Amino acid sequence: MTPTLQAFLIVSTALFSIGLLAALSRRHAIFILIGIEMMLAAANLNFIAFWRFGPHHQPPIGVMIALFSIAIAAAEAAVGLAMVIAVYRHYRTTNVDQLDQLRG
Amino acid sequence: MNSWIVTYLWFVPAAPFVASLIILTLSNARRRSAAALAIAGQIAALAMSILAFGQTLQTPGFRVVQNFTWFTFGEQALRLGFVFDPLGAAMLLMVALAGLCIFVFSVGYMAEDKNFTRFFAYLSFFSGAMLGLVIANSLLLLFIFWELVGLASYLLIGFWIERPRAAEAAKKAFITTRIGDMGFFLGILWLYGRSGTLLFYDRGNGCLESAGLAMLGASATFIALLIFCGAVGKSGQFPLHVWLPDAMEGPTPVSALIHAATMVAAGVFLVARVYPLFSLGPINGVTPSLTVVVWIGVTTALMAALIAIAQADIKRVLAYSTVSQLGLMMVSLGVGGVAAGIMHLLAHGFFKALLFLGAGSVIHGCHGEQDIRKMGGLRRLMPVTFFTYAVGMMALSGVPFFFSGGWTKEEILHATASWAPSHAPYYLILAGVVLTALYMTRQVIYVFFGNPRATAEHAHESPRAMTMPLIVLALCAIFFSVVLTPAWPWLHGYLTGEPVHFEIARLIQPMLFVSLVLVGGGVAAGIWIYRKAGAPERDRPAEIDPLEYAQPALFRFLANGMWIDELYDRTVIAFSWASARLSDWMDRYFWDGLVRGFGAIAQLFGIFTTSVGERGINAGVDETTVGTRGLGRLISAAHSGQIQTYLGAVAIGMLALLLLYAWLA
Repeated sequence: MTPTLQAFLIVSTALFSIGLLAALSRRHAIFILIGIEMMLAAANLNFIAFWRFGPHHQPPIGVMIALFSIAIAAAEAAVGLAMVIAVYRHYRTTNVDQLDQLRG
Repeated sequence: MNSWIVTYLWFVPAAPFVASLIILTLSNARRRSAAALAIAGQIAALAMSILAFGQTLQTPGFRVVQNFTWFTFGEQALRLGFVFDPLGAAMLLMVALAGLCIFVFSVGYMAEDKNFTRFFAYLSFFSGAMLGLVIANSLLLLFIFWELVGLASYLLIGFWIERPRAAEAAKKAFITTRIGDMGFFLGILWLYGRSGTLLFYDRGNGCLESAGLAMLGASATFIALLIFCGAVGKSGQFPLHVWLPDAMEGPTPVSALIHAATMVAAGVFLVARVYPLFSLGPINGVTPSLTVVVWIGVTTALMAALIAIAQADIKRVLAYSTVSQLGLMMVSLGVGGVAAGIMHLLAHGFFKALLFLGAGSVIHGCHGEQDIRKMGGLRRLMPVTFFTYAVGMMALSGVPFFFSGGWTKEEILHATASWAPSHAPYYLILAGVVLTALYMTRQVIYVFFGNPRATAEHAHESPRAMTMPLIVLALCAIFFSVVLTPAWPWLHGYLTGEPVHFEIARLIQPMLFVSLVLVGGGVAAGIWIYRKAGAPERDRPAEIDPLEYAQPALFRFLANGMWIDELYDRTVIAFSWASARLSDWMDRYFWDGLVRGFGAIAQLFGIFTTSVGERGINAGVDETTVGTRGLGRLISAAHSGQIQTYLGAVAIGMLALLLLYAWLA
C-alpha cells in the first residue's frame, strides 16, 4: 500500500488537534509549550507532505524548509522555556490560571 | 458800513460776565474785592455803552450789525451776531446805569449777609446776560441770553436758599417763565423753518427785513404770538404774572434788578425788537397779533393795579405796580406806539429801581420789617429815603411836567387814544392811571406819614452806600424828562429816526390836563381814603385797612391776587398732579405689569427648556453613558487575562474561517 497525501494530512491534523488540546487544556506552562511544539510539528509534517506529493518534488526544497522551521522551533522553545523560568521566578508558580495580569 | 463799535460791542456783556467768573473763584471772606470787581465790571460796561451811544448820535436811523458763523451743518450755517441801533443803545445805557446804582446799593444792603461774594457773582452774571440780550442780532442768541437771564433770576430769587418760601418762589419763577419760553422756542423754530435765518438784520436777508418777512406770509401772526408767549412769561403779563409778586422773596436789590432794569424789561424789549413780525400785514398797523398784545396788556395793567391796592407788603405793592406798568407798555407796543412803550420802559427802569431801592432802604431801616401797616412816620426818621421815594412815587403815578413817568405815560395815552379798532383800551388805561396814583399814595401815607408804629420807632437812615444810588436814580427820574417832553421829543426822534425840533408851544397839550386831572384825582382819593390809615377811626381798629373796613370781601379778593394762584392750584397744578398720579399708576401697574408679564413668559420658557434639558438631552446623554459603560464592562469581561482563553478564541475563529472556506468552496 502506497502512502497517500490524505493519510499524511490526517496524521498531521490529528497531531495539530492533540497539540491544540494540550495548549488549551493543560494548566502547566511547560505542557502548553509542549502542545505548541506538537502543533509546529504538525505544520512541518504538512510541509513535507505537500512537497512530496506536489508537482515539483526535487530533493532539497521541502526538506530545507522543514529543517529551517525545526531550527526556529528550537529557538522559540528556548525563548519559551526562558520565559517560563522568568515567570516562575516572579510569581512563584507556573500555573497559567493564576497568571491573569493581562486581564482588561 | 461797519463801525469799530460793533466789533468790540461784545465787551459790554463780557465785562460783567468775566467779573462774575472771577468773583465765583474768590473765598467768602474777600468781600471788598468781590464788590469792587462787580462794580468795576459794571462801570466798564457803562463806559463802553456811553462810548457806543456816542456813535449812534451821528446819523439818524443808525444801525450796524456784525454777524459771524457759529457752526455749519451740511449746506447751512448757523449764524449769530450783534446789532447796535438806537433801541439797543438806549437799553444798554439804562441797564448799565440802573445796574450800577443797584450794585452800589447792594454793598450797603447786603453788608451783613454771609454769602456776600456769591451775591455779587450772581448780580454780575445777571447784568451781563441782560446786556447781551439787548445787543443780540439773532433770535437764537437772544434766546440764549434770555435763558441766562432766567437762570440768573432763579439763582437770585432763591438766594436765601435756607428759606423755603424763597426756594419755592425761585422755582415758581423759573417754571412759570419756562411755560412762556416753550412758546417762544416753538416760535423760533417755526420762524427758522419759514425764513431759514434767525438773524434780525443781514444786509436785507434777515428775518426782520423785507426779504425775510416776505417769506413768512400768513404764518407771521402765529410766529409773533408764539414769541409773545415768551414775552408774557418774562414780563409777567396775565396769565403768567403769578411768579412776579412771589419773586419778592429775593433780596431787595434783586427785586430792583429784576423789576426795573433786566428781567421784566426783556419781554417788552423782545416785542419791540421783533416788532416787524407783529406789524407785518395790512390795515393801518392793526394786526391780529398786535390786537392780542393790546388786550393782554390792558387786562394785566388793570388787574395788577387793582390787586396792588390791597397789598400789605411794601415790595408786593411795587411788584404788582411793575406788572401793571408792563401791561401799559405792552398796550403801547400793541397800538403802534413802539417808541412810547420803549420810552416808558426806560423811564420805568429808573424810577422803579429807585422805588425798589427806596423800599430796600426802608426795610433795612426798619430791621427787616416789610409790612407797611407796621411802619409810619418815617419821613422824619429817613429824610433822604423819603424824598427820593416821593420822587419815584410821583414818577410812577405819572405826575405831569416834572417827572419822566408823566411824559411817557402821556405818550402812551396819545398812542392808545388814536387806536382805530376800539376806544375801550384807552378808557381802561385811564382807570389804571387813577388806580396807580391811588395805591402809590396809600403806600406813601402808610410808610412815611402818621405816627411811627411798631417796628418803625427805632428806624434809622441808611448808610451812604445806599442813599447815594437813591439820589442818583431820583435825579435820573427827574432829568430824564428833559428828552421826553413833546416840546423837544429827542428820545422819540432818536428811537424812530425822525428829526426833532424844539417848539415850546407843543409843551402844553390837552392830554396834559387829562393826566393832571386823573393823577390829581387818584392822589386826592388816596389822601382822603387813607388820611387816618394806621390809626383807629371811630369803630375801626388801627391795624385794619380803611378799604378793608368798608369792603371786606372785595379787599380779601384783591389782597389774595384775585385768587389766581388758588385758581391755578385747583386747575393747572391739580391737573398736573392728577396726570403725575396717573403716570405713576400706569408705571406701577400697567407698564410694570407688562414688564413682569414678559418676565413671567421668559421664566416659563426657562422652565420649559430646563425640563427639556433635564429630561431629554441630559437623559439621552446619561443613557448613552450607561450603554457605553455596559458595553465596556461586557468587553472587558472578555479580557480575562487568561491566555488560554485567548488561544481558544483564536482556535474557534480559525475553525470558523476554515468551515466558512469549506462551505464556500
